[in-house]
Amino acid sequence: MAKRLKAPLTDDEVQSLRAGDEILIDGCLYAARDAAHKRMMAALEQGQILPFDPAGQIIYYVGPCPAPPGKVIGSAGPTTSGRMDAYTPALLERGLKAMIGKGDRSREVIAAMQKYGAVYLAAVGGAGVYLAQRIVAAAPLAYPDLGPEALLRLQVESFPCVVAIDAHGNNIYEQVRLKLGSPANKEEQDDKEQ
Amino acid sequence: MREIYYEQIKAAVKQCVLKANLELPEDIEAALRVAWAGEDSERARGLLQIMLDNAEMARQQRMAICQDTGLVAVTISIGQDVHIVGGDINEAVNAGIREGYQEGWFRKSVVTDPLERVNSGDNTPAVIHYELAAGDHFIITVLPKGAGSENMGQLTMLKPAQGWEGVRDFVVKVVKEAGGNACPPVIVGVGIGGNMEMASYLAKKALLRPINRRHNKPRLAQLEQELLKMVNRLGLGPQGLGGATTALAVNIESYPTHIACLPVAVSLGCHATRRSSCEL
Ligand code: SF4
Repeated sequence: MAKRLKAPLTDDEVQSLRAGDEILIDGCLYAARDAAHKRMMAALEQGQILPFDPAGQIIYYVGPCPAPPGKVIGSAGPTTSGRMDAYTPALLERGLKAMIGKGDRSREVIAAMQKYGAVYLAAVGGAGVYLAQRIVAAAPLAYPDLGPEALLRLQVESFPCVVAIDAHGNNIYEQVRLKLGSPANKEEQDDKEQ
Repeated sequence: MREIYYEQIKAAVKQCVLKANLELPEDIEAALRVAWAGEDSERARGLLQIMLDNAEMARQQRMAICQDTGLVAVTISIGQDVHIVGGDINEAVNAGIREGYQEGWFRKSVVTDPLERVNSGDNTPAVIHYELAAGDHFIITVLPKGAGSENMGQLTMLKPAQGWEGVRDFVVKVVKEAGGNACPPVIVGVGIGGNMEMASYLAKKALLRPINRRHNKPRLAQLEQELLKMVNRLGLGPQGLGGATTALAVNIESYPTHIACLPVAVSLGCHATRRSSCEL
């Protein structure tokens, strides 16, 4: 059974999640990718406030397609999270509790997730239409000049993810890498048996 | 001399980019179904099912399969007896993309300068390649490619002594390093031979071949099968979250090379590898 999550997330909720847990998210997500992160970092460096308070919130790494007529949003699957690694610890320090994207994170990000208590969730990359159906509202929040990279506030219902890296440092990508070859070994044995 | 008009080219490119972004090629969808049946892991099956559902929804609702509608690589095979009239062929290609991306509600993902990084606003310019040969044919092929998979491609200049073994090791290394970033199950395009740019071009060309067709040279066909087994043994699985299907296929293209060279390029196509072709 999938667990349900809704921002703002509490520390207890975050700590209770484990890598591998299936999640359905309801409520608010902030959509931001490379360029919006860069702007947010510049704002922090200049001592300005961010367009939203990250405390307890969830950021979704996405740059959606424009909304066709009659739709809330266009295709909206996750982008590669690794490109946001450099910006992430500063947001975790300010209370960000979860990120949604695809692919592994850096050692620095994982350490910061453990330090401040946050989880990293994987959504299905390339399932843009499927995931767009779970987005029920989308509103521009900041940086509209960035076009597809603008900062948005999304409302989602039953948005599906898997906990890929939890707040305790458990990491599915790493587990898969370490197990490298378990199906292989099986196959090699099969090959030998034949 | 056969005449082909600017407007014809523009219209064909527009149709190609619309089709590519809305309709997952049949061979890929079929391979995803086979992969689904072959997975033991519930998570892997669930992910593949979402990919299949997504392709179906995209086709029905006319929404882009993936939000990263990519930088468009266009290959035009053109016969030397063709004369283009009514305008600049490059402009015709870009105009087709401009209109297609507008009409399809696709994301505009191109920046005009790699360092200044200002969005061009209409997904142009494309990367255009021309293949000129005898005849009067005119074939347009588009490969709108997202960055998740594109960024994981690699090129190496091996020593000829490294031979088959070197090629195998490099291909497996690239797939492994890509992890979940390239949205596996991937299609592995491999270019072997030529020179630096030719190897990369061949790797991309390999992604254009339907994945249910093996190379017509038996030894390369065998290498494709072998490499597919090897990369699937990595166990990365759908989205890199574990499973039996890391790749749907390995497609190789090769070309003669220098006595001292063995260039190898790998371009990864994601599970949403989009391609479309049209002959005028
Ligand atoms: S790698 Fe492919 S499927 Fe994944 S987000 Fe990029 S374009 Fe989409």
